[in-house]
Amino acid sequence: MSEWWTYSLSDFLLFSPRIYYRLFELYNAAIWPLQILALALGAAIFGLLLSGVVWRGRAIAAILAACWLWVAWAYFLQRYDTINWAASYFAVGFAAEAMLMSWTGIIRDRFGFHSGADVAGTAGRCIFLFALVVFPLIGPLAGRPWTQVEIFGVAPDPTAIATFGVLAAAHRPHWLLLVIPSIWCAISGATLWTMQSPDALVVPLAATLALVVAGWKSLARGRQASPDET
Amino acid sequence: MRQREHLSRRSLLGLLAAASTAVLRPWSALSQGRAIITRPIPSTGETLPVVGLGSWITFNVGDDVVARDACAEVMRAFFEAGGRMIDSSPMYGSSQKVIGYGLGKLDQPRVFSADKVWISPGSRGAAQIEASRRHWGVPRFDLLQVHNLLSWEEHLRTLRAMKAAGQVRYIGITTSEGRRHRDVEQIMRTQPLDFVQVTYNVVDREVEDRILPLARERGIGVIVNRPFREGELIRRMARQPLPAWAAEIDCANWAQFLLKFIVSHPAVTCVIPATTRVDHVRENMGAAYDRLPDASMRARMIAHVEKL
Repeated sequence: MSEWWTYSLSDFLLFSPRIYYRLFELYNAAIWPLQILALALGAAIFGLLLSGVVWRGRAIAAILAACWLWVAWAYFLQRYDTINWAASYFAVGFAAEAMLMSWTGIIRDRFGFHSGADVAGTAGRCIFLFALVVFPLIGPLAGRPWTQVEIFGVAPDPTAIATFGVLAAAHRPHWLLLVIPSIWCAISGATLWTMQSPDALVVPLAATLALVVAGWKSLARGRQASPDET
Repeated sequence: MRQREHLSRRSLLGLLAAASTAVLRPWSALSQGRAIITRPIPSTGETLPVVGLGSWITFNVGDDVVARDACAEVMRAFFEAGGRMIDSSPMYGSSQKVIGYGLGKLDQPRVFSADKVWISPGSRGAAQIEASRRHWGVPRFDLLQVHNLLSWEEHLRTLRAMKAAGQVRYIGITTSEGRRHRDVEQIMRTQPLDFVQVTYNVVDREVEDRILPLARERGIGVIVNRPFREGELIRRMARQPLPAWAAEIDCANWAQFLLKFIVSHPAVTCVIPATTRVDHVRENMGAAYDRLPDASMRARMIAHVEKL
Protein backbone atom coordinates (compact mmCIF):
# COMPACT_ATOMS: atom_id res chain seq x y z
CA MET A 1 0.00 0.00 0.00
CA SER A 2 1.64 3.21 -1.16
CA GLU A 3 1.72 6.36 0.97
CA TRP A 4 0.61 4.29 3.97
CA TRP A 5 1.33 7.22 6.28
CA THR A 6 -1.55 9.14 4.69
CA TYR A 7 -4.07 6.54 5.90
CA SER A 8 -5.89 6.94 9.18
CA LEU A 9 -7.71 4.32 11.25
CA SER A 10 -11.02 5.50 9.80
CA ASP A 11 -9.84 4.50 6.31
CA PHE A 12 -9.90 0.88 7.46
CA LEU A 13 -13.33 0.99 9.07
CA LEU A 14 -15.65 -0.71 6.60
CA PHE A 15 -18.92 -0.56 8.51
CA SER A 16 -20.99 1.69 10.73
CA PRO A 17 -21.27 1.20 14.52
CA ARG A 18 -24.96 0.44 14.05
CA ILE A 19 -24.21 -2.52 11.78
CA TYR A 20 -21.30 -3.70 13.97
CA TYR A 21 -23.50 -4.00 17.05
CA ARG A 22 -26.47 -5.34 15.05
CA LEU A 23 -24.13 -8.18 14.10
CA PHE A 24 -23.95 -9.21 17.78
CA GLU A 25 -27.71 -8.97 18.04
CA LEU A 26 -28.27 -11.30 15.07
CA TYR A 27 -25.46 -13.61 16.24
CA ASN A 28 -26.89 -13.85 19.75
CA ALA A 29 -30.34 -14.64 18.38
CA ALA A 30 -28.92 -17.32 16.06
CA ILE A 31 -26.91 -19.18 18.74
CA TRP A 32 -29.32 -18.84 21.67
CA PRO A 33 -29.23 -20.55 24.24
CA LEU A 34 -25.54 -21.38 23.79
CA GLN A 35 -24.73 -18.24 25.78
CA ILE A 36 -25.95 -20.03 28.92
CA LEU A 37 -23.62 -22.94 28.24
CA ALA A 38 -20.75 -20.50 27.61
CA LEU A 39 -21.39 -18.73 30.92
CA ALA A 40 -21.57 -22.11 32.70
CA LEU A 41 -18.22 -23.05 31.17
CA GLY A 42 -16.84 -19.71 32.35
CA ALA A 43 -18.12 -20.39 35.87
CA ALA A 44 -16.52 -23.85 35.69
CA ILE A 45 -13.16 -22.27 34.77
CA PHE A 46 -13.45 -19.91 37.74
CA GLY A 47 -14.28 -22.81 40.03
CA LEU A 48 -11.31 -24.76 38.71
CA LEU A 49 -9.02 -21.77 39.27
CA LEU A 50 -10.03 -21.84 42.95
CA SER A 51 -9.89 -25.60 43.30
CA GLY A 52 -6.88 -27.80 43.84
CA VAL A 53 -7.71 -30.70 41.50
CA VAL A 54 -4.70 -31.97 39.61
CA TRP A 55 -6.37 -32.00 36.21
CA ARG A 56 -7.60 -28.40 36.37
CA GLY A 57 -4.89 -27.09 34.02
CA ARG A 58 -5.92 -29.51 31.30
CA ALA A 59 -9.64 -28.82 31.86
CA ILE A 60 -9.22 -25.04 31.75
CA ALA A 61 -7.07 -25.27 28.61
CA ALA A 62 -9.65 -27.54 26.95
CA ILE A 63 -12.52 -25.16 27.69
CA LEU A 64 -10.59 -22.08 26.54
CA ALA A 65 -9.39 -23.83 23.38
CA ALA A 66 -12.97 -24.81 22.57
CA CYS A 67 -14.13 -21.23 23.09
CA TRP A 68 -11.41 -19.78 20.83
CA LEU A 69 -12.24 -22.34 18.16
CA TRP A 70 -15.96 -21.60 18.42
CA VAL A 71 -15.42 -17.84 18.10
CA ALA A 72 -13.17 -18.43 15.07
CA TRP A 73 -15.84 -20.42 13.29
CA ALA A 74 -19.20 -19.15 14.53
CA TYR A 75 -18.43 -15.47 14.97
CA PHE A 76 -15.58 -14.59 12.61
CA LEU A 77 -16.28 -16.90 9.68
CA GLN A 78 -20.06 -17.07 9.90
CA ARG A 79 -20.84 -13.47 10.97
CA TYR A 80 -18.05 -10.91 11.00
CA ASP A 81 -16.83 -12.07 7.60
CA THR A 82 -20.04 -10.67 6.05
CA ILE A 83 -18.96 -7.09 6.81
CA ASN A 84 -15.18 -7.33 7.18
CA TRP A 85 -13.00 -9.11 4.64
CA ALA A 86 -10.24 -9.33 7.29
CA ALA A 87 -12.42 -11.59 9.48
CA SER A 88 -11.05 -14.77 7.91
CA TYR A 89 -7.55 -13.73 9.02
CA PHE A 90 -8.87 -13.12 12.54
CA ALA A 91 -10.45 -16.59 12.43
CA VAL A 92 -7.09 -18.11 11.56
CA GLY A 93 -5.56 -16.25 14.53
CA PHE A 94 -8.24 -17.49 16.91
CA ALA A 95 -7.92 -21.06 15.64
CA ALA A 96 -4.14 -20.83 16.07
CA GLU A 97 -4.63 -19.69 19.67
CA ALA A 98 -6.90 -22.71 20.24
CA MET A 99 -4.17 -24.98 18.89
CA LEU A 100 -1.48 -23.33 21.03
CA MET A 101 -3.73 -23.58 24.07
CA SER A 102 -4.33 -27.27 23.41
CA TRP A 103 -0.63 -27.94 22.87
CA THR A 104 0.49 -26.10 25.99
CA GLY A 105 -2.33 -26.85 28.38
CA ILE A 106 -3.65 -30.27 27.32
CA ILE A 107 -0.88 -32.13 25.52
CA ARG A 108 2.07 -30.76 27.51
CA ASP A 109 0.04 -30.10 30.68
CA ARG A 110 1.95 -26.88 31.42
CA PHE A 111 -0.88 -24.90 33.04
CA GLY A 112 -0.25 -24.68 36.76
CA PHE A 113 -2.05 -22.45 39.24
CA HIS A 114 -1.57 -21.41 42.84
CA SER A 115 -4.79 -21.83 44.80
CA GLY A 116 -3.49 -19.56 47.53
CA ALA A 117 -3.72 -15.79 47.82
CA ASP A 118 -0.74 -14.68 45.72
CA VAL A 119 -1.20 -11.19 44.28
CA ALA A 120 -0.77 -12.14 40.61
CA GLY A 121 -3.13 -15.10 40.93
CA THR A 122 -5.76 -12.93 42.57
CA ALA A 123 -5.33 -10.24 39.90
CA GLY A 124 -5.67 -12.86 37.17
CA ARG A 125 -8.82 -14.29 38.74
CA CYS A 126 -10.25 -10.76 39.04
CA ILE A 127 -9.56 -10.10 35.33
CA PHE A 128 -11.26 -13.40 34.51
CA LEU A 129 -14.29 -12.51 36.64
CA PHE A 130 -14.41 -9.10 34.98
CA ALA A 131 -14.57 -10.73 31.54
CA LEU A 132 -17.22 -13.20 32.68
CA VAL A 133 -19.52 -10.99 34.74
CA VAL A 134 -18.78 -7.28 34.25
CA PHE A 135 -17.90 -7.12 30.54
CA PRO A 136 -21.39 -8.17 29.34
CA LEU A 137 -22.86 -5.30 31.36
CA ILE A 138 -20.74 -2.62 29.71
CA GLY A 139 -22.70 -2.51 26.45
CA PRO A 140 -26.09 -2.02 28.14
CA LEU A 141 -24.52 0.54 30.50
CA ALA A 142 -23.22 2.39 27.44
CA GLY A 143 -26.77 2.51 26.09
CA ARG A 144 -26.80 -0.47 23.77
CA PRO A 145 -29.65 -3.00 23.98
CA TRP A 146 -29.28 -6.25 25.93
CA THR A 147 -29.77 -8.19 22.73
CA GLN A 148 -26.32 -6.96 21.59
CA VAL A 149 -24.55 -8.22 24.70
CA GLU A 150 -21.05 -9.73 24.27
CA ILE A 151 -20.53 -12.87 26.34
CA PHE A 152 -17.46 -14.90 27.24
CA GLY A 153 -16.93 -17.95 25.11
CA VAL A 154 -19.02 -16.77 22.17
CA ALA A 155 -17.81 -13.20 21.57
CA PRO A 156 -14.15 -12.41 20.89
CA ASP A 157 -13.44 -9.54 23.32
CA PRO A 158 -14.56 -11.18 26.61
CA THR A 159 -12.99 -14.46 25.49
CA ALA A 160 -9.65 -12.73 24.93
CA ILE A 161 -9.82 -10.85 28.25
CA ALA A 162 -10.80 -14.00 30.14
CA THR A 163 -7.83 -15.78 28.58
CA PHE A 164 -5.60 -12.95 29.77
CA GLY A 165 -7.01 -13.48 33.25
CA VAL A 166 -6.29 -17.22 33.21
CA LEU A 167 -2.77 -16.70 31.86
CA ALA A 168 -2.08 -13.99 34.46
CA ALA A 169 -3.27 -16.36 37.18
CA ALA A 170 -1.02 -19.20 35.99
CA HIS A 171 2.01 -19.69 38.19
CA ARG A 172 4.35 -19.07 35.25
CA PRO A 173 3.73 -16.70 32.32
CA HIS A 174 3.01 -18.23 28.92
CA TRP A 175 4.17 -15.42 26.66
CA LEU A 176 3.51 -17.29 23.43
CA LEU A 177 -0.14 -17.69 24.40
CA LEU A 178 -0.40 -13.96 25.11
CA VAL A 179 0.63 -12.86 21.60
CA ILE A 180 -2.64 -13.49 19.73
CA PRO A 181 -4.94 -12.16 22.49
CA SER A 182 -2.74 -9.02 22.63
CA ILE A 183 -2.97 -8.50 18.87
CA TRP A 184 -6.72 -9.04 18.97
CA CYS A 185 -7.23 -6.60 21.86
CA ALA A 186 -5.25 -3.95 19.94
CA ILE A 187 -7.35 -4.51 16.80
CA SER A 188 -10.62 -4.52 18.71
CA GLY A 189 -9.67 -1.41 20.68
CA ALA A 190 -8.70 0.41 17.47
CA THR A 191 -11.99 -0.60 15.81
CA LEU A 192 -14.09 0.61 18.74
CA TRP A 193 -12.00 3.78 19.05
CA THR A 194 -12.56 4.58 15.37
CA MET A 195 -16.28 3.96 15.83
CA GLN A 196 -16.13 6.38 18.78
CA SER A 197 -17.62 3.77 21.10
CA PRO A 198 -17.67 5.03 24.69
CA ASP A 199 -16.20 1.72 25.90
CA ALA A 200 -13.36 1.65 23.36
CA LEU A 201 -10.61 1.61 25.98
CA VAL A 202 -11.99 -1.24 28.10
CA VAL A 203 -10.46 -4.09 26.09
CA PRO A 204 -6.97 -2.56 25.63
CA LEU A 205 -6.85 -1.52 29.31
CA ALA A 206 -7.82 -4.99 30.54
CA ALA A 207 -5.21 -6.52 28.24
CA THR A 208 -2.55 -4.06 29.42
CA LEU A 209 -3.34 -4.82 33.05
CA ALA A 210 -3.02 -8.56 32.44
CA LEU A 211 0.28 -8.07 30.59
CA VAL A 212 1.60 -5.97 33.49
CA VAL A 213 0.63 -8.74 35.92
CA ALA A 214 2.30 -11.37 33.74
CA GLY A 215 5.41 -9.21 33.41
CA TRP A 216 5.56 -8.57 37.15
CA LYS A 217 5.19 -12.29 37.81
CA SER A 218 7.95 -13.05 35.33
CA LEU A 219 10.28 -10.60 37.07
CA ALA A 220 9.38 -11.99 40.49
CA ARG A 221 10.14 -15.53 39.31
CA GLY A 222 13.44 -14.31 37.91
CA ARG A 223 14.39 -12.73 41.24
CA GLN A 224 13.43 -15.93 43.09
CA ALA A 225 15.47 -18.05 40.71
CA SER A 226 18.59 -15.84 40.76
CA PRO A 227 19.97 -16.77 44.24
CA ASP A 228 19.81 -20.48 43.38
CA GLU A 229 21.52 -19.91 40.06
CA THR A 230 24.47 -17.97 41.51
CA MET B 1 -67.69 26.07 -12.56
CA ARG B 2 -70.12 23.50 -13.79
CA GLN B 3 -67.24 21.24 -14.67
CA ARG B 4 -65.97 21.45 -11.10
CA GLU B 5 -69.33 20.57 -9.65
CA HIS B 6 -69.82 17.58 -11.91
CA LEU B 7 -66.60 15.64 -11.99
CA SER B 8 -66.83 12.65 -14.25
CA ARG B 9 -65.97 9.23 -12.84
CA ARG B 10 -62.92 9.07 -15.10
CA SER B 11 -61.57 12.46 -14.01
CA LEU B 12 -62.26 11.64 -10.34
CA LEU B 13 -60.29 8.40 -10.66
CA GLY B 14 -57.57 10.32 -12.41
CA LEU B 15 -57.40 12.85 -9.59
CA LEU B 16 -57.31 10.07 -6.98
CA ALA B 17 -54.53 8.33 -8.85
CA ALA B 18 -52.55 11.56 -9.06
CA ALA B 19 -53.07 12.23 -5.37
CA SER B 20 -52.02 8.74 -4.35
CA THR B 21 -48.96 8.99 -6.57
CA ALA B 22 -48.02 12.27 -4.91
CA VAL B 23 -48.33 10.69 -1.46
CA LEU B 24 -46.58 7.44 -2.27
CA ARG B 25 -43.87 8.93 -4.43
CA PRO B 26 -43.31 12.39 -3.00
CA TRP B 27 -40.05 12.96 -4.79
CA SER B 28 -41.53 12.13 -8.18
CA ALA B 29 -44.25 14.65 -7.53
CA LEU B 30 -41.78 17.30 -6.42
CA SER B 31 -39.46 16.80 -9.34
CA GLN B 32 -42.26 16.69 -11.90
CA GLY B 33 -41.59 19.09 -14.69
CA ARG B 34 -38.05 19.77 -13.57
CA ALA B 35 -35.22 18.39 -15.63
CA ILE B 36 -32.44 16.64 -13.79
CA ILE B 37 -29.02 18.13 -14.51
CA THR B 38 -26.85 15.79 -16.56
CA ARG B 39 -23.31 15.87 -17.89
CA PRO B 40 -21.93 14.12 -20.95
CA ILE B 41 -19.30 11.44 -20.52
CA PRO B 42 -16.51 13.04 -22.55
CA SER B 43 -15.46 9.88 -24.40
CA THR B 44 -18.93 9.10 -25.80
CA GLY B 45 -21.30 11.99 -25.14
CA GLU B 46 -23.68 9.72 -23.20
CA THR B 47 -25.23 11.78 -20.43
CA LEU B 48 -25.35 10.99 -16.72
CA PRO B 49 -27.18 12.73 -13.86
CA VAL B 50 -24.66 14.74 -11.88
CA VAL B 51 -25.53 13.09 -8.56
CA GLY B 52 -24.92 9.38 -8.08
CA LEU B 53 -24.84 7.05 -5.09
CA GLY B 54 -21.79 5.76 -3.24
CA SER B 55 -21.76 2.63 -1.08
CA TRP B 56 -18.63 2.94 1.12
CA ILE B 57 -19.62 1.86 4.68
CA THR B 58 -23.31 2.64 4.18
CA PHE B 59 -24.19 -0.47 2.16
CA ASN B 60 -21.88 -2.86 4.03
CA VAL B 61 -24.64 -4.40 6.14
CA GLY B 62 -23.84 -8.09 5.74
CA ASP B 63 -26.76 -10.51 5.88
CA ASP B 64 -28.91 -8.20 8.03
CA VAL B 65 -32.23 -8.36 6.16
CA VAL B 66 -33.67 -5.30 7.89
CA ALA B 67 -30.64 -3.22 6.95
CA ARG B 68 -30.62 -4.68 3.43
CA ASP B 69 -34.23 -3.65 2.94
CA ALA B 70 -33.38 -0.15 4.19
CA CYS B 71 -30.59 0.05 1.59
CA ALA B 72 -33.01 -1.11 -1.10
CA GLU B 73 -35.36 1.73 -0.11
CA VAL B 74 -32.47 4.19 -0.42
CA MET B 75 -31.86 2.83 -3.92
CA ARG B 76 -35.56 3.10 -4.75
CA ALA B 77 -35.63 6.75 -3.67
CA PHE B 78 -32.43 7.36 -5.63
CA PHE B 79 -33.86 5.97 -8.87
CA GLU B 80 -37.20 7.71 -8.35
CA ALA B 81 -35.33 10.99 -8.08
CA GLY B 82 -33.68 10.33 -11.43
CA GLY B 83 -30.33 8.98 -10.22
CA ARG B 84 -28.37 6.42 -12.25
CA MET B 85 -24.76 5.87 -11.19
CA ILE B 86 -24.13 3.57 -8.23
CA ASP B 87 -20.50 3.02 -7.27
CA SER B 88 -18.99 0.20 -5.25
CA SER B 89 -15.85 -1.88 -4.78
CA PRO B 90 -14.85 -5.37 -3.66
CA MET B 91 -13.12 -3.54 -0.80
CA TYR B 92 -16.47 -2.42 0.63
CA GLY B 93 -17.38 -5.68 2.40
CA SER B 94 -20.89 -6.81 1.51
CA SER B 95 -21.82 -3.61 -0.38
CA GLN B 96 -21.82 -5.27 -3.80
CA LYS B 97 -24.13 -8.04 -2.62
CA VAL B 98 -26.42 -5.50 -0.99
CA ILE B 99 -26.60 -3.49 -4.22
CA GLY B 100 -27.44 -6.73 -6.05
CA TYR B 101 -30.15 -7.40 -3.46
CA GLY B 102 -31.58 -3.91 -3.98
CA LEU B 103 -31.50 -4.14 -7.76
CA GLY B 104 -33.27 -7.49 -7.50
CA LYS B 105 -36.05 -5.96 -5.41
CA LEU B 106 -36.57 -3.00 -7.72
CA ASP B 107 -38.17 -3.31 -11.12
CA GLN B 108 -35.37 -3.04 -13.68
CA PRO B 109 -34.00 0.36 -12.64
CA ARG B 110 -31.81 2.20 -15.18
CA VAL B 111 -28.65 1.76 -13.17
CA PHE B 112 -25.25 2.90 -14.38
CA SER B 113 -23.14 0.27 -12.63
CA ALA B 114 -19.72 1.49 -11.55
CA ASP B 115 -17.42 -0.89 -9.71
CA LYS B 116 -13.73 -1.38 -9.14
CA VAL B 117 -11.02 -3.98 -9.23
CA TRP B 118 -8.94 -4.14 -6.05
CA ILE B 119 -6.63 -7.11 -5.81
CA SER B 120 -2.98 -7.93 -6.06
CA PRO B 121 -1.43 -9.52 -8.04
CA GLY B 122 -3.17 -8.07 -11.07
CA SER B 123 -3.48 -11.52 -12.64
CA ARG B 124 -6.39 -12.18 -10.25
CA GLY B 125 -8.30 -9.14 -11.50
CA ALA B 126 -10.53 -10.88 -14.05
CA ALA B 127 -11.75 -13.43 -11.49
CA GLN B 128 -12.51 -10.68 -8.97
CA ILE B 129 -14.43 -8.66 -11.57
CA GLU B 130 -16.53 -11.72 -12.45
CA ALA B 131 -17.29 -12.30 -8.74
CA SER B 132 -18.30 -8.64 -8.41
CA ARG B 133 -20.56 -8.89 -11.46
CA ARG B 134 -22.33 -11.88 -9.97
CA HIS B 135 -22.84 -9.99 -6.70
CA TRP B 136 -24.47 -7.11 -8.57
CA GLY B 137 -26.47 -9.43 -10.82
CA VAL B 138 -25.83 -7.31 -13.91
CA PRO B 139 -24.94 -8.68 -17.37
CA ARG B 140 -21.90 -6.40 -17.47
CA PHE B 141 -20.57 -3.33 -15.70
CA ASP B 142 -20.93 0.08 -17.26
CA LEU B 143 -17.71 1.26 -15.63
CA LEU B 144 -14.79 -0.56 -14.06
CA GLN B 145 -12.07 1.35 -12.25
CA VAL B 146 -8.71 0.39 -10.77
CA HIS B 147 -9.21 1.03 -7.05
CA ASN B 148 -6.56 3.27 -5.49
CA LEU B 149 -4.15 2.43 -8.34
CA LEU B 150 -3.50 -1.03 -6.86
CA SER B 151 -1.58 -3.07 -9.49
CA TRP B 152 -2.86 -0.51 -12.00
CA GLU B 153 -0.71 -1.48 -14.99
CA GLU B 154 -1.87 -5.07 -15.05
CA HIS B 155 -5.48 -4.18 -14.22
CA LEU B 156 -5.68 -1.53 -16.93
CA ARG B 157 -4.48 -4.09 -19.47
CA THR B 158 -7.30 -6.40 -18.34
CA LEU B 159 -9.87 -3.59 -18.44
CA ARG B 160 -8.80 -2.44 -21.91
CA ALA B 161 -9.14 -6.00 -23.19
CA MET B 162 -12.58 -6.29 -21.58
CA LYS B 163 -13.68 -3.00 -23.14
CA ALA B 164 -12.46 -4.13 -26.55
CA ALA B 165 -14.46 -7.34 -26.12
CA GLY B 166 -17.60 -5.42 -25.12
CA GLN B 167 -17.53 -6.76 -21.54
CA VAL B 168 -17.42 -3.28 -20.00
CA ARG B 169 -18.36 0.09 -21.47
CA TYR B 170 -16.01 2.45 -19.68
CA ILE B 171 -12.78 2.15 -17.72
CA GLY B 172 -11.00 4.35 -15.22
CA ILE B 173 -8.86 4.74 -12.13
CA THR B 174 -9.57 5.96 -8.62
CA THR B 175 -7.83 7.60 -5.72
CA SER B 176 -9.11 9.30 -2.60
CA GLU B 177 -8.17 11.96 -0.09
CA GLY B 178 -5.40 13.41 -2.23
CA ARG B 179 -3.26 10.28 -2.43
CA ARG B 180 -0.87 9.61 -5.34
CA HIS B 181 -1.97 12.57 -7.42
CA ARG B 182 1.31 12.58 -9.35
CA ASP B 183 0.74 8.97 -10.39
CA VAL B 184 -2.87 9.76 -11.26
CA GLU B 185 -1.73 12.62 -13.48
CA GLN B 186 0.87 10.46 -15.16
CA ILE B 187 -1.69 7.73 -15.90
CA MET B 188 -4.19 10.30 -17.18
CA ARG B 189 -1.53 11.62 -19.58
CA THR B 190 -0.41 8.24 -20.88
CA GLN B 191 -3.36 5.84 -20.72
CA PRO B 192 -6.69 5.87 -22.54
CA LEU B 193 -9.23 6.44 -19.72
CA ASP B 194 -12.93 7.25 -19.69
CA PHE B 195 -13.09 8.23 -16.02
CA VAL B 196 -10.96 9.26 -13.11
CA GLN B 197 -12.35 9.23 -9.56
CA VAL B 198 -10.95 11.65 -7.00
CA THR B 199 -11.84 13.35 -3.73
CA TYR B 200 -13.11 16.90 -4.16
CA ASN B 201 -15.21 19.13 -1.96
CA VAL B 202 -15.43 22.73 -0.84
CA VAL B 203 -12.48 22.34 1.54
CA ASP B 204 -10.40 19.69 -0.29
CA ARG B 205 -9.74 21.45 -3.58
CA GLU B 206 -6.25 20.27 -4.52
CA VAL B 207 -7.56 18.60 -7.70
CA GLU B 208 -8.62 22.01 -9.05
CA ASP B 209 -4.99 22.85 -9.77
CA ARG B 210 -3.98 20.05 -12.10
CA ILE B 211 -6.22 16.98 -12.21
CA LEU B 212 -9.54 18.62 -13.12
CA PRO B 213 -7.99 20.82 -15.85
CA LEU B 214 -6.12 17.77 -17.16
CA ALA B 215 -9.35 15.76 -17.23
CA ARG B 216 -10.98 18.45 -19.39
CA GLU B 217 -7.95 18.62 -21.65
CA ARG B 218 -7.80 14.84 -22.12
CA GLY B 219 -11.56 14.30 -22.35
CA ILE B 220 -11.79 12.20 -19.18
CA GLY B 221 -14.93 12.13 -17.05
CA VAL B 222 -14.55 12.92 -13.34
CA ILE B 223 -16.34 11.10 -10.51
CA VAL B 224 -16.08 12.78 -7.13
CA ASN B 225 -15.92 10.74 -3.91
CA ARG B 226 -16.08 11.80 -0.24
CA PRO B 227 -18.08 14.99 -0.94
CA PHE B 228 -18.93 15.36 2.75
CA ARG B 229 -15.61 14.01 4.15
CA GLU B 230 -17.53 10.99 5.50
CA GLY B 231 -20.13 13.27 7.07
CA GLU B 232 -17.67 15.53 8.87
CA LEU B 233 -18.52 18.56 6.69
CA ILE B 234 -22.25 18.09 7.16
CA ARG B 235 -21.83 17.76 10.93
CA ARG B 236 -19.65 20.87 11.02
CA MET B 237 -22.01 22.93 8.82
CA ALA B 238 -25.14 21.78 10.62
CA ARG B 239 -24.15 23.92 13.60
CA GLN B 240 -24.54 27.02 11.41
CA PRO B 241 -27.61 28.34 9.59
CA LEU B 242 -27.66 28.00 5.82
CA PRO B 243 -26.92 31.47 4.39
CA ALA B 244 -29.95 33.20 2.90
CA TRP B 245 -28.18 33.63 -0.43
CA ALA B 246 -28.06 29.83 -0.83
CA ALA B 247 -31.62 30.22 -2.11
CA GLU B 248 -30.17 31.96 -5.17
CA ILE B 249 -28.84 28.55 -6.27
CA ASP B 250 -31.90 26.66 -4.98
CA CYS B 251 -30.20 25.04 -2.00
CA ALA B 252 -32.58 24.01 0.76
CA ASN B 253 -29.95 22.42 3.03
CA TRP B 254 -26.21 22.07 3.58
CA ALA B 255 -26.01 18.79 1.66
CA GLN B 256 -27.26 20.53 -1.47
CA PHE B 257 -24.93 23.47 -0.82
CA LEU B 258 -21.91 21.15 -0.66
CA LEU B 259 -22.96 19.00 -3.62
CA LYS B 260 -23.86 21.92 -5.87
CA PHE B 261 -20.43 23.37 -5.25
CA ILE B 262 -18.87 20.13 -6.54
CA VAL B 263 -21.05 19.49 -9.57
CA SER B 264 -20.81 23.11 -10.70
CA HIS B 265 -17.16 22.56 -11.57
CA PRO B 266 -17.20 22.12 -15.34
CA ALA B 267 -14.85 19.13 -15.26
CA VAL B 268 -17.03 17.11 -12.87
CA THR B 269 -19.30 14.45 -14.37
CA CYS B 270 -20.86 12.97 -11.24
CA VAL B 271 -20.57 13.10 -7.46
CA ILE B 272 -21.31 9.98 -5.41
CA PRO B 273 -22.49 10.77 -1.86
CA ALA B 274 -23.31 7.72 0.28
CA THR B 275 -26.13 7.46 2.78
CA THR B 276 -28.26 4.95 4.67
CA ARG B 277 -31.31 7.20 4.78
CA VAL B 278 -34.10 7.84 2.30
CA ASP B 279 -34.56 11.46 3.42
CA HIS B 280 -30.85 12.09 2.92
CA VAL B 281 -30.77 10.56 -0.55
CA ARG B 282 -33.67 12.83 -1.49
CA GLU B 283 -31.79 15.83 -0.11
CA ASN B 284 -28.72 14.80 -2.07
CA MET B 285 -30.67 14.33 -5.28
CA GLY B 286 -32.05 17.84 -4.84
CA ALA B 287 -28.58 19.05 -5.81
CA ALA B 288 -29.15 17.65 -9.28
CA TYR B 289 -32.01 20.05 -9.96
CA ASP B 290 -32.48 23.76 -10.68
CA ARG B 291 -29.75 26.38 -10.60
CA LEU B 292 -26.05 25.72 -10.06
CA PRO B 293 -23.54 28.29 -8.81
CA ASP B 294 -21.48 30.28 -11.31
CA ALA B 295 -17.82 31.14 -10.75
CA SER B 296 -18.51 34.16 -8.53
CA MET B 297 -21.02 32.22 -6.44
CA ARG B 298 -18.49 29.37 -6.07
CA ALA B 299 -15.94 31.85 -4.74
CA ARG B 300 -18.56 33.14 -2.31
CA MET B 301 -19.30 29.57 -1.14
CA ILE B 302 -15.62 28.88 -0.50
CA ALA B 303 -15.20 32.15 1.41
CA HIS B 304 -18.28 31.42 3.51
CA VAL B 305 -17.18 27.88 4.44
CA GLU B 306 -13.66 29.03 5.26
CA LYS B 307 -15.12 31.57 7.70
CA LEU B 308 -17.08 28.90 9.60
